[in-house]
Amino acid sequence: MSQPPVNPTPVNPTPMIRWESVTVTYHEATRPTIEDIDLTINEGELALVIGPTGSGKSTLLRTINGLVPHFTGGTLRGRVVVDGRDTAGHPPRELADVVGYVAQDPRSGFVTDTVEEELAYTMESLGIAPVVMRRRVEETLDLLGLTNLRSRPLGMLSGGQRQRVAIGSVLTAAPRVLVLDEPTSALDPGAAEEVLAAVQRLVHDLGITVVLAEHRLERVVEYADRVIVVPGGGRPLIVGEPTVVMETAPIAPPVVRLGRIAGWSPIPLSVRDARRVAGDLRAQLHAVDAQHASSTHPTPPEGAERPALSVTRDLFVALGSHFAIKGVSWQLHAGEVVALMGRNGAGKSTFLGSLVGLHAATRGQVDVAGSDPRSLRGAELVRTIGLVPQEFTDLLTRSTVADECHDADHDARVPQGTTAAILSDLAPDIDPATHPRDLSEGQRLSLALAVVLSGRPPVICLDEPTRGLDYDTKERLVTILRRIQHEGHAIVVATHDVELVAELATRVVILADGEIVADGPTADVVVSSPLFAPQAAKILSTPDAPARWLTPSAVMSALGDAS
Amino acid sequence: MAKTATTGTANSRTAVSATEAGACAAAPTDPGSLRNLRWVHPGAWWIWALGLAVAASRTTNPLLLGLIVAVAAVVVSARRPHAPWGRTFSAFLVLGAIIIVIRVMFQILLGVPIGSTVLFVLPTIDLPDVFAGIRVGGEVTGEEILAGAYDGLRLATILACVGAANSLASPARLLASVPGALYEAGVAVVIAVTFAPQLITDLRRVRAARRLRGRPVRGLRGIAGSAIPVLEGALERSVHLAAAMDSRGYGRIANRTTRQRRVAATALLGSLALGLIGVYAMLDASAPTIVGVILLASGAAVAIVGVRMAGARSPRSRYRPDPWGGPEWITAASGLIAAAAFIAAAIWMVPGMTTPVDPAQWPRLPLFAVASLAIALLPAWVTPQPPDRRSL
Repeated sequence: MSQPPVNPTPVNPTPMIRWESVTVTYHEATRPTIEDIDLTINEGELALVIGPTGSGKSTLLRTINGLVPHFTGGTLRGRVVVDGRDTAGHPPRELADVVGYVAQDPRSGFVTDTVEEELAYTMESLGIAPVVMRRRVEETLDLLGLTNLRSRPLGMLSGGQRQRVAIGSVLTAAPRVLVLDEPTSALDPGAAEEVLAAVQRLVHDLGITVVLAEHRLERVVEYADRVIVVPGGGRPLIVGEPTVVMETAPIAPPVVRLGRIAGWSPIPLSVRDARRVAGDLRAQLHAVDAQHASSTHPTPPEGAERPALSVTRDLFVALGSHFAIKGVSWQLHAGEVVALMGRNGAGKSTFLGSLVGLHAATRGQVDVAGSDPRSLRGAELVRTIGLVPQEFTDLLTRSTVADECHDADHDARVPQGTTAAILSDLAPDIDPATHPRDLSEGQRLSLALAVVLSGRPPVICLDEPTRGLDYDTKERLVTILRRIQHEGHAIVVATHDVELVAELATRVVILADGEIVADGPTADVVVSSPLFAPQAAKILSTPDAPARWLTPSAVMSALGDAS
Repeated sequence: MAKTATTGTANSRTAVSATEAGACAAAPTDPGSLRNLRWVHPGAWWIWALGLAVAASRTTNPLLLGLIVAVAAVVVSARRPHAPWGRTFSAFLVLGAIIIVIRVMFQILLGVPIGSTVLFVLPTIDLPDVFAGIRVGGEVTGEEILAGAYDGLRLATILACVGAANSLASPARLLASVPGALYEAGVAVVIAVTFAPQLITDLRRVRAARRLRGRPVRGLRGIAGSAIPVLEGALERSVHLAAAMDSRGYGRIANRTTRQRRVAATALLGSLALGLIGVYAMLDASAPTIVGVILLASGAAVAIVGVRMAGARSPRSRYRPDPWGGPEWITAASGLIAAAAFIAAAIWMVPGMTTPVDPAQWPRLPLFAVASLAIALLPAWVTPQPPDRRSL
């Protein structure tokens, strides 16, 4: 671990973005969001910005093209210089030819109707000659693999395509810096790889400087030239080579945590690197009793006949003119945690929606604890099945946490104070007088979960709960869900997050095009899939013996027991 | 620098997704058929459709009105793009049907009876003297209902024509062709147009969330409870969109002065006002047609002058402007011919343009008008196919 740090900087690096003692304070904020930043990003670098939710990553990114403070308000002390231009004198529109900025949800930033027009929009604003525009649009279509989508309406794109179009739409202006705010957090593993491959090509072939913020480190850390940790709370940035920073960074992907457990140095950042040094660990683990591995993996509590809480029989659900769910039959038992996986648009959300009665069955049957969810109303529904939707803030309607809890008690017809008690259990330090909007992402999710749990429904569904959550919050969520599971609830989680599945799920169901294509215990289903296997499994599996350890913590406890 | 690098890599690298590469290879390669696939200038579609609408405004003959709707429907089904806005035509037809019903209801409740075939008698409500001349209830005649239905059908037909234009060329694409000086106003309209469908999606989500919490989604309480979150979402999205547009260079004012912008704004408003009055005069059969024509022409002249003055130094450039070629001329002309034929027929009082209701007669079919509608059907064949119908 005490290796001398490798010096990554080329002989004469050209600084592209420079922050000089930058402090940003928003209006009516008691303390600065980011404080006293001194940092330089060189030309052609891929800089990865990481940090807990609410630590100021987005603010840092938005200072690059002047959205902070020109657009958001607040005060910026110090100087930000991009390609020789000071952002104090250049509002975002005057930097559009230098910085391409893609926001978290690209849908909200689309201006035109179709892919091709969207790609041309920035150039039209910049007044680029029609001949040049035409050529650059064609080049960008090729570069990002969008050629056959050129006349597709933007509303008809999949998540990965949408993200690539958003990147392409700023790329056509030939910017020297590309700023991406969580480009893969809403994408399934396949689409995320598609986007990251495109980004990597831009860095390697075009020499574009890329600044990228991301929570899902397992996907991106191996591509980064430099990691910038924004710890938040006024603490200074940690900047350095990925292998150096990741040794001590407070947040780390599974491959790094596994590296730390095994004491590898330099710390591996990719599955490939880790596999090359993992021979000893594999041997050591295979010596451990295989029986042990399965017991560390989440399993439903033992018991005689567990009741089936949710049953569907040959379910078809039509959305508009096409079937989103085609003939799904399943059973969900008390104490199970089922992960619903599959690419964007495979029908996961629709399936959850029909389980709770949001969508009517076109054919077939849905049954929750003995009744049809469509027929349940009010408190009856709240006490039978709960769903935390993808946009979970939709559930929250009041202006203080206390009011929200009070309403939830009323909705579920339970004694006053029930929801507040659940919430203080999930997230202890929430001031009841705060507005739900001012809570952190994790706290807000806890509040939504507490609201859903208030009626103690035997079945709880969660749609993409870990989108935008940092590792700490995710870990807390896993603990909470495990406890709920052991109280006898059945949990269904629709997710793209393979690491969450490895930690939590007892069973995995993979949907494709509205049909179940795989259904079985987590270890069996995910290990065999190249896309859905968690990193630990990828590192530890051998052709003749598929890995039974899916998470670093499982490996740790296996090693601990062995010694 | 980046540009030259792009050229080099574009061909040498494999496509990001294998499936997309496969679909790409399956695309048509015959150069002749490729040339035939292009967008028709949205302006041509709007002129054609408005021509049909003007024609509809000149007649109460249900057969002719039905023919106009049929012409619009045939062209729409032949040339609409495979995009969300391409499917809006039927919505306009439904709206038209509702308008007919409402129009007849008003006739029954408030109309002045024509003719002598009394169908039924409604109780009359006595209104205070202030409303003298307005009659509520009373005898309802068959002739009166027929007149109301014809009038409603005329309104519905005009609406169907607008719907046809809307699905053949989205308003956003029409605005892409407006002159640079009017661009900013155009963007505001585009955003307003795309906001409505977004609000509906939001409303659906919020109602789902209310149901999940066991709260009423219907009735007054349901609506009141959903309104605030929906509006909040709309506001949030507009802030996001504004940030995105700002970062993409929207509103880079290169060297336009305040005076130039004011000239453009005044010219825009003035020409719009003249145009509106002109259209009203054209549609209102009691005003002399020549007044409408003069007003419209002068409105157009003001618009052109103002736009030339202000747009000369606009920094924006345009990507692949839609060409105006033979198909566009034919399309626009066919719509204008239908309008002219109907206006002329109305002026010369060609029999069959209006259908008498007292006594009620079976409508006749004036050949002259039908021939002009046959011409308006031409765009279904002479225009090129929209490019996205082949690729999907």
